[in-house]
Amino acid sequence: MNGGDDEDVVAAPGEASPPLQWRFSQVFGERSAGEEVQPVDMISAIEFDHSGDHLATGDRGGRVVLFERSDAKHSSGARKDLEETDYPVRQPEFCYKTEFQSHDPAFDYLKSLEIEEKINKIRWCQTANGALYLLSTNDKTIKYWKVQDKKIKKICDINPDPSGAVGNGTVANGVPEANISSLRLPVVVTSHESSPVAKCRRVYPHAHDYHINSISNNSDGETFISADDLRINLWNLEISNQSFNIVDVKPEKMEDLSEVITAAEFHPTHCNMLAYSSSKGSIRLIDLRQSALCDSHSKLFEEPDTAGSKSFFTEIIASVSDIKFAKEGRYLLSRDYMTLKLWDINMDSGPVSTFQVHEYLKPKLCDLYENDSIFDKFECCISGNGLRAATGSYSNLFRVFGVSPGSTETTTLEASRNPMRRHVPVPSRPPRVGSMMGRGSESPGVDGNSNALDYTTKLLHLAWHPNENSIACAAGNSLYMYCA
Amino acid sequence: MSMTDEPLYPIAVLIDELKNDDIQLRLNSIRRLSTIARALGEERTRKELIPFLSENNDDDDEVLLAMAEELGVFIPYVGGVEHAYVLLPPLETLSTVEETCVREKAVESLCRVGSQMKESDLVEHFVPLVKRLAAGEWFTARVSACGVFHIAYPSAPDTVKTELRSIYTQLCQDDMPMVRRAAATNLGKFAATIESAHLKTDVMSMFDDLTQDDQDSVRLLAVEGCAALGKLLEPQDCVAHILPVIVNFSQDKSWRVRYMVANQLYELCEAVGPEPTRTELVPAYVRLLRDNEAEVRIAAAGKVTKFCRILNPELSIQHILPCVKELSTDSSQHVRSALASVIMGMAPVLGKDATIEHLLPIFLSLLKDEFPDVRLNIISKLDQVNQVIGIDLLSQSLLPAIVELAEDRHWRVRLAIIEYIPLLASQLGVGFFDDKLGALCMQWLQDKVHSIREAAANNVKRLAEEFGPEWAMQHIVPQVLEMINNPHYLYRMTILRAVSLLAPVMGSEITCSKLLPVVMTAAKDRVPNIKFNVAKVLQSLIPIVDQSVVEKTIRPGLVELSEDPDVDVRFFANQALQSIDNVMMSS
Repeated sequence: MNGGDDEDVVAAPGEASPPLQWRFSQVFGERSAGEEVQPVDMISAIEFDHSGDHLATGDRGGRVVLFERSDAKHSSGARKDLEETDYPVRQPEFCYKTEFQSHDPAFDYLKSLEIEEKINKIRWCQTANGALYLLSTNDKTIKYWKVQDKKIKKICDINPDPSGAVGNGTVANGVPEANISSLRLPVVVTSHESSPVAKCRRVYPHAHDYHINSISNNSDGETFISADDLRINLWNLEISNQSFNIVDVKPEKMEDLSEVITAAEFHPTHCNMLAYSSSKGSIRLIDLRQSALCDSHSKLFEEPDTAGSKSFFTEIIASVSDIKFAKEGRYLLSRDYMTLKLWDINMDSGPVSTFQVHEYLKPKLCDLYENDSIFDKFECCISGNGLRAATGSYSNLFRVFGVSPGSTETTTLEASRNPMRRHVPVPSRPPRVGSMMGRGSESPGVDGNSNALDYTTKLLHLAWHPNENSIACAAGNSLYMYCA
Repeated sequence: MSMTDEPLYPIAVLIDELKNDDIQLRLNSIRRLSTIARALGEERTRKELIPFLSENNDDDDEVLLAMAEELGVFIPYVGGVEHAYVLLPPLETLSTVEETCVREKAVESLCRVGSQMKESDLVEHFVPLVKRLAAGEWFTARVSACGVFHIAYPSAPDTVKTELRSIYTQLCQDDMPMVRRAAATNLGKFAATIESAHLKTDVMSMFDDLTQDDQDSVRLLAVEGCAALGKLLEPQDCVAHILPVIVNFSQDKSWRVRYMVANQLYELCEAVGPEPTRTELVPAYVRLLRDNEAEVRIAAAGKVTKFCRILNPELSIQHILPCVKELSTDSSQHVRSALASVIMGMAPVLGKDATIEHLLPIFLSLLKDEFPDVRLNIISKLDQVNQVIGIDLLSQSLLPAIVELAEDRHWRVRLAIIEYIPLLASQLGVGFFDDKLGALCMQWLQDKVHSIREAAANNVKRLAEEFGPEWAMQHIVPQVLEMINNPHYLYRMTILRAVSLLAPVMGSEITCSKLLPVVMTAAKDRVPNIKFNVAKVLQSLIPIVDQSVVEKTIRPGLVELSEDPDVDVRFFANQALQSIDNVMMSS
């Protein structure tokens, strides 16, 4: 077992913290029994902002909905300690702030393709002047939004209307003095009420031939990347008509195509580093300093070839569906169909640890392939303190793993008002033997449940609050929030 | 300023439209802010209009941008320099908005207003403004602050100067990279106002902070400041403080930083003097010319001539020329292209013998480059070499290069070479042109692409200007006119275009005897498009030819066209007829 006292590993020295007790905290857009979910209402992206005071969701209908923290803010410094020592923490509470139509359905006439309005990703940008900024993207076009509380203004006290002015105003050879002084500037009355107004500041179009799967801000505050299946482009936030291609994996002949880009993210602090994952299960770290075109990676993270049996599905389930850097940028979380993996960017021999998410689905891969579920792209997220990670599953379940060394925490929750309903206590897992072996088989409890698994209700999108133990996740059209 | 003599009502409308719902109307009102101010008078402008503008700053960026611009030249309307400070509050708020171009314009206007203000007003009003901006809650204010220090500093008392320097030092270490970038961008400007005693201490420590930033984007801008700072310092200080930094930067891990160094390096040569240039900068530059990253080599190659101009010829031949030879066969076409665009300029620097010995082979190899841009760049700068060694040595290789470009399958390449034909013709002389290029010029008139045909028509005109009407009469006009019988109407139209361009150059006589008959024949064309173009051409010929010719030939032709069954032909014929009448009336 990896030593828990190894100073190299994750945050929080000392023993792993005790498992968290998750509680339901809020739900938005809850479905009543028997109500059918409209496809356009399905949530397709979730993202907390850097402070954790705002949450944005995007849906298949091209809308972005913003939520704002409504409970009194705590002094953030002490907060983390409070959680660690398992004090009762006040529940974070969010309230609906505003929503706006970010993208509309469009049609590419050159290629005769419909462009869906579905929001693929949302990323928050630097706040300025009390306004919120975010990037949203669908398959083709990225947009930069500003949301600001605007006071309602009313204009009164307008100059006299023309008839009056003409009647007595125009005397030949200049205007009588009395009339000049009668000129008045409009008086603007500002009411105390204010309402959030969203405004599209910039549109970054026509840079992607394939579908955009990721956008990510750079720590320099002025650039961001957008990634599609074959290329990654670098943009300046202020320049919308020009982007630089920094990665291009398109082979000379499309027949030779064997690998596509599935996700990309900037390093949280190093402006020159970014990671992208591929459909073959590898993650590449590239250094923008090395060259203008980063087709050659500076580091490659792959699961070492196991001698184990390869099947038709091996490659499909290896495809990485999401990657996330932990806050300090040393660790990287990745999700593929069956597992969640934690990587140390200083160690490219293999993942630090592997967590089985879907082990029980192994015998069912054939069915999953038949109904296309095997291509579902589950997201993953990591807590602000880097101690835990979460990822989604079927039947609106999601799982939280303790990722610090020595932690055996594994919790399965259901996105409902009663998250622990399905949770069968998991017997403590067999200890890990080295990091390569993964975490062994999962508890039969969940396995027993899996017959009832519902492949149509899948929990793909979820986000961890940046500095609290609070998770927001999407079940269909509903946004569930849990805290511990 | 006196009370206006403009009528009141339009002013009232302008004022009301400051708050109209239609952005175009608001914009219009802001653009005419000076008119409103004149109407209100100086005092009411100060007491009402300016405060009104200060409060209404949540408008669209376009309106704010216009407002920032207008306020920069508003001093006369508020009562002159002694009241200039009233303009500061609205500009201050504008310099904190989130849109960069508005902020930049507001800062520009702040500087413009500030530079006219009295010293005492600066201390009383401008310095506090700088401090407020620098302490702003949002990065936008702090970014703007960086751009106004150089106005506030010179007139501030010593204690305040010390404070301003320390505030700027903090801005150089701000949490937000945007602010550090702004500090780096403006450091040179600010440093130029700082006493030399503080340059070496305070400014150099700010510079050090910026050059060690871990954001590449900040270091990049610090590089840009190197040259400006270097020029402020004494040569020995520059050698001691700036040189190590730039040499370090030239080996930075980030190619973007090295790219900046490659762009800036030559500017530093003068600041450090000849000896350090030889021992430090030349090696650094040679490294950049051989950099791994093509982008860096592109930047370095693009500065090769400028760099050599500063060096003496021996150093250039000894150190730079070997690199230039390598670059001429670089694997990246963009590097070769950048080199080709400047290398001709090295000829005057190296002198005749060295050019023939060293550069000529490079020219010749670049002229045979597989990438058309490289060849084009060489050809476009031919005149510089011509002055040094004459064209003869090159012409053997030149012709195949030109012919190949002239027939390139990409029309943009053909277009580019056409643009250079007049230059080539003037350099190569009539003889060479007649033999080799004349036929090409005619061939372009029948190109498949419209832009090429149009450029070709223009080219024919420029050639006639270059070599004179007599030459044109022999070598151009007959060939051009012959093509009027081309079976395709689009080609015939090109010829009409060429005729209308040639006519002013050829003069009245040739126009009447040669060109006009052809046009008149074309008036009988079966294609309406040709016919109405004939009408247009005839109209353009009116001022060139004699009045009698107009009456005898052009007018009857136009009258006939004005009865054409096609409506467009009639329209243009009538238009031309009308212009005949106008000319007659005015004469």
